[in-house]
Amino acid sequence: MKTLVWVEHDGSAVKDATLAAVTAAAKLGEVHLLVAGSGVDGVAKEAAQIAGVGKVHVADNAAFGHNLPENVAPLVADLMGSHDAFVAPATTTGKNIAPRVAALLDVMQISEILSVEGPKTFTRPIYAGNAIATVESSDAKLVLTVRGTAFEKAATSGGSGAVEAVSAGGDTGISSFVGAEIAKSERPELTSAKIIVSGGRALGSSEKYEEVIVPLADKLGAALGASRAAVDAGYVPNDYQVGQTGKIVAPQVYFAIGISGAIQHLAGMKDSKTIVAINKDEDAPIFQVADFGLVADLFNAVPELTGKI
Amino acid sequence: MKILVPVKRVLDYNVKPRVKADGTGVDLANVKMSMNPFDEIGVEEAIRLKEKGVATEIIAVSVGPAKAQETLRTALAMGADRAILVQTDDAVEPLALAKIFKAIADAEQPGLVILGKQAIDDDNNQTGQMLAALTGWAQGTFASAVNVDGDSVNVTREVDGGLETVKLKLPAIVTTDLRLNEPRYASLPNIMKAKSKPLDTKSPADYGVDTAPRVKTLKVSEPPVRSAGVKVADVDELVAKLKALGVHS
Repeated sequence: MKTLVWVEHDGSAVKDATLAAVTAAAKLGEVHLLVAGSGVDGVAKEAAQIAGVGKVHVADNAAFGHNLPENVAPLVADLMGSHDAFVAPATTTGKNIAPRVAALLDVMQISEILSVEGPKTFTRPIYAGNAIATVESSDAKLVLTVRGTAFEKAATSGGSGAVEAVSAGGDTGISSFVGAEIAKSERPELTSAKIIVSGGRALGSSEKYEEVIVPLADKLGAALGASRAAVDAGYVPNDYQVGQTGKIVAPQVYFAIGISGAIQHLAGMKDSKTIVAINKDEDAPIFQVADFGLVADLFNAVPELTGKI
Repeated sequence: MKILVPVKRVLDYNVKPRVKADGTGVDLANVKMSMNPFDEIGVEEAIRLKEKGVATEIIAVSVGPAKAQETLRTALAMGADRAILVQTDDAVEPLALAKIFKAIADAEQPGLVILGKQAIDDDNNQTGQMLAALTGWAQGTFASAVNVDGDSVNVTREVDGGLETVKLKLPAIVTTDLRLNEPRYASLPNIMKAKSKPLDTKSPADYGVDTAPRVKTLKVSEPPVRSAGVKVADVDELVAKLKALGVHS
């Protein structure tokens, strides 16, 4: 089987989510990549070095600069003439583009796969991860999105893919990019961080989040996260949210501080290697999944932890 | 301009799903069912656009069993003008749903179709994007703001790392994210009024759509259970545990 993997990038570097998609695709067969964008020579060279990669298709065109699905999906559908599976990371970009590709090909997409069980059989979460479905596609071609935390990341070196330019596609003229507000930060990204420190509603304010959560994250070089309750209360921006409706994470260590552990939140972090919970309510559901639980007032315990670690 | 709002009847989001012992699915017998929360946000957004004078008519549509009428009545009570039930007892996949909505869009010629970004039962997150592909219209997925301006709409999208705004030519497809709005509750008088609003019943065959599934569910199982670890007595013990894992500054 020949697969075509969507390379997620920021215009200058390949994003980590791509590497998990490559691992998933490699379980199906030959791995080809698609780098679409504007001025993406560097990204293509980097992508070609990912271990196990065959061909790297590069579509360099201003129309692909902002991943507009109206322009990108026809390009992918065109390339799918010579591939058997389109594999995209389940990022907001992948989720935006892949179903549009699937409908153009008249196939059903299989979303957020957790494992590859056979050439057309996969597992995927349903009901916010409260159940796992094993599903089999009957379509001639596959369109998949891949949950990044469920697959190892492919090595970023050792490959020697052949880079090939693609001239297909262009601007359909029905959509345009207006602008973006992407938080710039020195911190690791939530979805690829080794350690995450998350705060919940119990913090009570954005000032307390800054005062209690941020110093611990600074000390550990960790990414910052939050529960939906903390986001809804306005303590932190939306993109901090960990949970079924936010980001799905699986770091080495996840600190849940002042987070009670709603199903919604657990669905986003329960695959973390080690979970540390600090909460003053000893009956909080978070303790049922935590490897290390500390029943304590977070306003005392967290600064003490920050001081001692 | 008309707005089409697809709504799905799903297990209420407050109910914990239970996997059936025979592994065929999730038990939906005698449990509370409600409108998919993301669809509710879609209905609310359509109503707000009507209140602003942008939209003239809101058509709610649901594909599902006879009981999906209740979901449509909820949409009507919130403020939709009329409803279409495409009745079927089969589970309809996003691709077939998108084909049904495409046929309805061809007939109704809406300026916007506003869908939930995903249904909270099968978590597919596909139907809006697929409908956009089939209609050839632009798509603004995971919307946190929708502003119609003449013959285009600006959609602010929740993307990894922040927000992005795109400008789409109308007609267009929008899918809602959580923070687009807070849906209103239907008042009792409006619930009463909704009972007399028009609700047409159709079948997938009326739209010439084959709903035979492309994806077969072989089995549904419980997720692996994570067992609770240990409670530590104090911060010192926690620090020692973390250092043993190699976690330190």
